[in-house]
Amino acid sequence: MTAFLQQLDPVSLVSIMLITATPLVLAALGGMMCERSGVVNIALEGIMLTGAFIGYFVAFLTQNLWLGLLAAIVSGMLIATLHAVLSVSFLVDQIVSGTVINILAVGVTGVFYRTYLETATTAGPGTLPHWNLPLLSSIPVLGPILFQNQLVTYAMLVLIFVVHFVLFNTVWGLRTRACGENPRAAETAGINVYFVRYVNVIASGALAGLGGAYFSLQQIGTFLPNMTGGRGFIALAAMIFGKWTPGGAFLASLLFTGSDQLGSRLQSVFQVHVPLQFLGMLPYVLTIVVVAGAMGRAIAPAAVGRPYKKT
Amino acid sequence: MRANDGVDLAVEWGQVHALLGENGAGKSTLMNVVYGLVSPDSGEIDFDGNPVKIGGPQDAIRLGIGMVHQHFMLIPPLTVAENIVLGREIASAGVVNLDRSYRTVNDLSARYGLEVDPRQRVQDLSVGVQQRVEILKALYRGARLLILDEPTAVLTPQEIEGLFEIVRTLTAAGNAVIFITHKLAEVMEIADQITVMRRGQVVGVTTPAESKPADLARMMVGRPVLLRVEKQPAKPGSEVLRVDDLVVHDDRRQLAVDHVGLAVRAGEILGIAGVEGNGQNELVEAIVGLRPARSGKVLLEGKDITRRPTRDRLRRGVGLIPADRQRQGIILELPIADNLILSDYDRPPYERWLVRQFNTIRSAAERLVETFDIRIRSVDDPAGSLSGGNQQKLVVARELGTAPKVLVASQPTRGVDVGSIEFIHRRLVTERDAGLAVLLVSSELDEILSLADRVAVLYRGRIVAVLDAAEAEREHIGLLMAGAAA
Amino acid sequence: MRRFRAGWLVSSLLVPLASVVAGFLVGALAIVAAGADPLQAYGALFAGAFTNRNAFAETLVSTVPYVLLGLGLALGFRAGLFNIGAEGQFYIGALTGVFVGYSIHGLPLFIEIPAALLAGMAGGFAWAAIAGFLKAWTGAHEVITSIMLNYVAFLVANYLIDGANGKPGVMVAPNVSTPRTPDVDLGAMLPIIVPGSRLHLGLLLALIAVPLVWFLIERTTVGFRLRAVGFNQGTARAAGISVAQTIVLTMGISGALAGAAGIVQVLGLSHHMTDTVAAGYGFDAIAIALLARSNPWGVLPAALLFGALHNGAGFMQLETQVSSDLISIVQASLIIFVAAPAIVRWLLRLREQPVETVQITQREVETPVG
Repeated sequence: MTAFLQQLDPVSLVSIMLITATPLVLAALGGMMCERSGVVNIALEGIMLTGAFIGYFVAFLTQNLWLGLLAAIVSGMLIATLHAVLSVSFLVDQIVSGTVINILAVGVTGVFYRTYLETATTAGPGTLPHWNLPLLSSIPVLGPILFQNQLVTYAMLVLIFVVHFVLFNTVWGLRTRACGENPRAAETAGINVYFVRYVNVIASGALAGLGGAYFSLQQIGTFLPNMTGGRGFIALAAMIFGKWTPGGAFLASLLFTGSDQLGSRLQSVFQVHVPLQFLGMLPYVLTIVVVAGAMGRAIAPAAVGRPYKKT
Repeated sequence: MRANDGVDLAVEWGQVHALLGENGAGKSTLMNVVYGLVSPDSGEIDFDGNPVKIGGPQDAIRLGIGMVHQHFMLIPPLTVAENIVLGREIASAGVVNLDRSYRTVNDLSARYGLEVDPRQRVQDLSVGVQQRVEILKALYRGARLLILDEPTAVLTPQEIEGLFEIVRTLTAAGNAVIFITHKLAEVMEIADQITVMRRGQVVGVTTPAESKPADLARMMVGRPVLLRVEKQPAKPGSEVLRVDDLVVHDDRRQLAVDHVGLAVRAGEILGIAGVEGNGQNELVEAIVGLRPARSGKVLLEGKDITRRPTRDRLRRGVGLIPADRQRQGIILELPIADNLILSDYDRPPYERWLVRQFNTIRSAAERLVETFDIRIRSVDDPAGSLSGGNQQKLVVARELGTAPKVLVASQPTRGVDVGSIEFIHRRLVTERDAGLAVLLVSSELDEILSLADRVAVLYRGRIVAVLDAAEAEREHIGLLMAGAAA
Repeated sequence: MRRFRAGWLVSSLLVPLASVVAGFLVGALAIVAAGADPLQAYGALFAGAFTNRNAFAETLVSTVPYVLLGLGLALGFRAGLFNIGAEGQFYIGALTGVFVGYSIHGLPLFIEIPAALLAGMAGGFAWAAIAGFLKAWTGAHEVITSIMLNYVAFLVANYLIDGANGKPGVMVAPNVSTPRTPDVDLGAMLPIIVPGSRLHLGLLLALIAVPLVWFLIERTTVGFRLRAVGFNQGTARAAGISVAQTIVLTMGISGALAGAAGIVQVLGLSHHMTDTVAAGYGFDAIAIALLARSNPWGVLPAALLFGALHNGAGFMQLETQVSSDLISIVQASLIIFVAAPAIVRWLLRLREQPVETVQITQREVETPVG
C-alpha cells in the first residue's frame, strides 16, 4: 500500500492538478463576471491565446517577465473591449462576436509569431520564479501544494475569493447580477446596464489574459501557435458545472485536470494500456458529459446571451 | 411611430389621477416618457412648477417619481431587500450592508403598512406581495409621485381593495398617484381626476362625479360599447374534455397543478377563474401536451391522451389559444399565411411529397383572413407587422379554422383593443352554440363572468369550487380566488 | 413568397461588399504592422488566387469544400443552431467515407462514388447529431459540445490511422513510411473535369448542392420546420412541431454537408487520409455562412472568396513572408462588419435603412414595456 502510494504520489498529483487548473480557473472566473452581467463569453479561448502571445512577446522584447505579465492582462482587456463594443453596443449576437475574437486571435498571434518570433535567435525571458512562502511552504502536504507556486497560480487562488466577494457582497456584484437576470429592471432602478456590462466584459478579459500568461510565461517560457488548445472552452464548461460560482468553478476545473492526470498515471502506475488517444480524449469527453449533465440543474443568469436594447 | 400625439396632462399633489384608455392607447408610453424610459420627440414636463428634463430613470428617481410597471421590474433570484435597495444600495466602501438593508425595509414596510419579509427571495412570493415590493421600491427611493401601470390586472378583488387603501394612504399624506387602467369601475372608485386617452391623444378630462361609466367607455373607444356579451343559455352536449386528478410541476419543479379534475362538455364554456400564477399556465400546457403530467389523466372524448405528443392532440381536435401569443401563438418573422396554417404545415393539401404548396396555403389563408376579419395588406407580410388585436385574431382564426372539438383559450383577449375583444367574445359564443367545448382561462374576472356557463376557481393549483355562472357572485368568487374557504 | 423589401439591396449586397473591403483594409493594417507592403502582399495574394498558372483552377479546388461547409453552417443558422464543430464532422466524414472508398473494389463509378459519398455524409450526420441530441435533451449548448467533439474527432482519426502503444492503426495502409489510409478504389475517385488541373467533379457536386439546400430550406416542410424552430421555439412547440427532433435533424444535415466536404476532398484530391489535421475549416465555414447571411445562394460567392484567400495565401507567404494566418484577420474583420451592419452603415453614412442584424442564437421575444 505504501509502495503504491509512493508511486502514485498524491501530493504531487494534487499539486499538478492545481497548477494545470490555473488557466481554467482564471478563464472561468472571467467568464463568470461576464455571464453574471448577461454577456456570454466564448471568446475566452481567443483572449487567453492573445494574452499568452502578447505576454510572451513583451517579455521577450523587454526581457522582463513582469512587464510581460502586465501586457498579457492589458491585451486581454483590450480584446475583451472589442467583444463589449460588438455585443453590448452594436448588439451583435454574442456567440458571433466571441467567434470573431477567437478567429482574430488565431490570425493575429499567427502572423506576428511567424514574423517576429519563429526565427528569433535571442534567448527567451524564461519562466516566472517559484516562490516558496516563508513558513507556510514547510507545512506538510499543504505546503508543497499551496505555497510553493508561481505567481499566476497564487493569483488564481486569491482571485477565487476576490471574485466571490465582488459578486456576492459588493454593490457592484449586486448590480452585475441584476443586469444578468433582468436588465430592464436594473435600468428602471437607475443602473446603467451598458456600463455594468462593459466593465464586466473587460474584467473578464483581464482574468482570461492573466490565464493566457500562464501558458507562455509560467508553464513553458515560450509561445507556440494555438497553445491554449481549447482550454477556454473547457473553462466555460467548468463555469457552468460550477453553477456560475467561483468555488464551484474551481472544483470543476480540478475535476478536469484531475482526469488529465489520472489518464497519464493510469498508464505509469497501474500499467493499464489504454490507447494514448483515448486518454487524451478524457478532458474533452468529460466536458461534454459535464455540460450535458449540469445543464438541467444549473440555472444560468436569465438574461445571458441576449443583447439589451434601451427602448 | 407616434404613440402620443400632443398630449397634455396635469397631475396635482394629494390626488389620484386616473389615466384611462384601452390597450394601445398610449398610456404606458406616456408614463414611460415621464419615467425617462422613452425620450419624447417634443414637449416638456413640469414638476413642482419647474420645467425638468428627464433623460433616464435616474433623473425621475431624483425628482421623486416612482413607477410600478405592469410587468414587474424585479429580479426573481434576489431577496426582497436586495430588490428594494438595488441602484441605491445601503453600503459602506462598496460593500452591501445587508443587516441595515433588512432593517430599513422593515421600517419602511411598517410605516406604510405594506407587509413583506425582506429576506425572502422574490421568486418565492405571490404576485400580490411582489407588487408590494414594487411599491416599497418606489417609496424607498423617496417617490412622491407614484405611477401605477395597470396595477389591478393580477390581483383578486380583495387585494384590489387593499391596494386602494394603500393608494388612499399615500395621497392623504400629500403624494400624487397616477393610476393607469382600462377598467371603468376602478376609475369610478379611486380617481379624483380622470384623463381619457385614445390613439395617443387625450380625448377628455373629467372627474368621477361628472361622468357615468358608459360615457367614459364611449370616450375611450370612440363609439358606444356593449358592456356585456349577449348570449343564450348553454345547451351542453356530451363530455369532450376530461381532466382527472392531474398533477403538474412548474419550471422550478414545484407543484403547480395539484390533483385537478374538470370536465368540459360540447356546447358549453367552462371558465377557470383565478389570480395569475395559480397554476393556470401549467394546467393549460399539460392539457395540450407542452408539459408532462406527473400523474393523472387527460381524456379527449373518453380516450386517454395523457401521454400523446402535442401534435397528436392537435390532430385529434384540441385547439389552443395560448396566454402569451408572442411566445407560443405566432411567429412574428414568418408570413401571415404560414402562421395561419402553422399546425397543419406538413399535411395535405398544404404539402405534397414534402414540398409545400404555396398556392393552396395562400388561398386557405385568405379565406381565414376574410372570415375572421383580420385587417391586413397581404398574407405574405410578416405576422409581426400586425397590431396586437389582429395578431390575436390570427391565432383565433387558425385554431377555429381547423374545426376543433375543444378549444383551450387562455387569456384570449389580453393586450387587445376593444373592437377585437368584442369580436373574439362573440366568436367564442357562436362556436359554443355550434357545439364547441371551450375551456376559458382568464385572470379577468369580468371576462369569465360574461362568457362562462360554469366557473371553476383555481387557487394554488387546486380547483377550490365549481359554480354555475348564472348564480356566481363576484364577491364570492373573489374570496375563493384569494384562498378563503368556500 | 419572398418579396423585395426596401433596403434589400443594401442588406444583401452593399453590406457584404463593404464588409469585404473593410476586412481587407484591416488586414492591410496587420500587414503593415508585420513590416510588409500591403499592396505587394495583396498583389501576391491575387496572383496566387487568380492569375498565376492554374491559379484559378486551384482556387476553385479550394472553393469546393467551402461551399459544402458554408451550406451546412447556413442551414444550422436558420434553425438557430451554431454548429461550430464542422471541422470534426469534416474529419469523421472523410474517415467513414474513405473506409468505404478503399473497401469496395471494381464496381462502376456511379456506384462507388455515391457509396463513399453517402458513407461520408452519414459519418458527418452522426457526429453532428451527437451535439444536436445533447442540445435537444439536456440543453447543453452546441457551441461547447461540438467544439469538444472536434478534439475527440482528431484523436479518433489519429488512433485509427496511427494506432497506439506500438500497434498500427486499424485503417493504416500496409507498407507506407508515414501512416496513412490506403487509397480509395479507382472507381471511387472523382474524375478531373479540367485536364491539366486538379479540378475535379466535386465542383459540380458543390454547385448542385446549393439549389438543393435552398430548396430544402425554402420549399419543403422540413425547411419550414427548421425555420419555425429557429424563429420561435415556443410557438413551434405549441403548433405540434417536435423541437428536439428538429434540432437533431438540422444538426445532422449540417454535419452531413460538412462530412460531404470531407469525403469530397479525399475522393477528389488526396484519395487517402493522413493523420495530419489542417485546422481552420470550422471557423472558415462560420465566416462564409455569416457573409452569405445564411442564404444558400450567398454561400457561393462567399466560398469563392474564401477559396481565393486560402489559395492565394500560400503564394503570398512565399513571396512576401507575410504569414498565411493573415487571412484569419481579414476573415474576422469581415465577420465583424457583416454581423454589425450598424458599423458599416455608419461607415457608409447610410441612415434609416432597416438592416437586420445577424441573429443566430434563439431569439426570445422581449415583451415591450407597456
